[in-house]
Amino acid sequence: MIEFVRNVRLWFAPAEVRRDGETPDYRFSLANERTFLAWLRTALALIGGGFAVDQFLPDLRWGWRVGLALALLAAGVLCSLRAVNHWVRCERAMRRGEDLPVSRFPALLSLVVAVVAVAMVVVVLVGWEG
Amino acid sequence: MGRVSPPAVRRDPDRDPGLQPERTRLAWRRTTLSGTVVAVLAVKTTLHGGVSAAGIVACALCCVLWLGVLGLAHRRIRALAATPGPVAFAPRHAAAAVLCTVAMAVCGAALVL
Repeated sequence: MIEFVRNVRLWFAPAEVRRDGETPDYRFSLANERTFLAWLRTALALIGGGFAVDQFLPDLRWGWRVGLALALLAAGVLCSLRAVNHWVRCERAMRRGEDLPVSRFPALLSLVVAVVAVAMVVVVLVGWEG
Repeated sequence: MGRVSPPAVRRDPDRDPGLQPERTRLAWRRTTLSGTVVAVLAVKTTLHGGVSAAGIVACALCCVLWLGVLGLAHRRIRALAATPGPVAFAPRHAAAAVLCTVAMAVCGAALVL
């Protein structure tokens, strides 16, 4: 968490990132940028999913519908914050010639998506009965 | 998205520079498309079932944020195309794109509630 706060400072201080180590081959930087964009798209997809739950499951009870939608929106927020954080960490590791940072986040996100998917199936079945 | 190239094939270094900025440009394009889907869904949510003043404000904010994402992508694409050895991606730029996304989600929460 403290590491995260320290990285937040780096998001807005390009000079500080550039002071570290040496500039890597620009192709690596571009690959890192594309990974960041892929995570950002994942975040946008989760946010879109939140809207979709709200819009396309109108028969659900209010609580379930809003709860699921908010969970997906929150997942989108987390995912986008993590995207920029991971990008900064990778950029710094490349400049310093260190190993790229490992992360638990992909596993965590896939678990959350799986749980939400199962919850949606259950809720849709139960919701349509009641 | 199928970007895996067989490791045995060594690329001609002269060919790569044209390819990487291009792929990055397309990645930005795909991101703006995802943003467009979110903005359209936000408009649909606003118009669905009773239009309220707060809903309109949240929706307008979402559209402004969408324009923000478009603008950021446009600037980055221009920067990538401008020079053969592309300019590095600035953390501030990344943070701006992420802030737009987060703000869209917050508007979404306001619309859903």
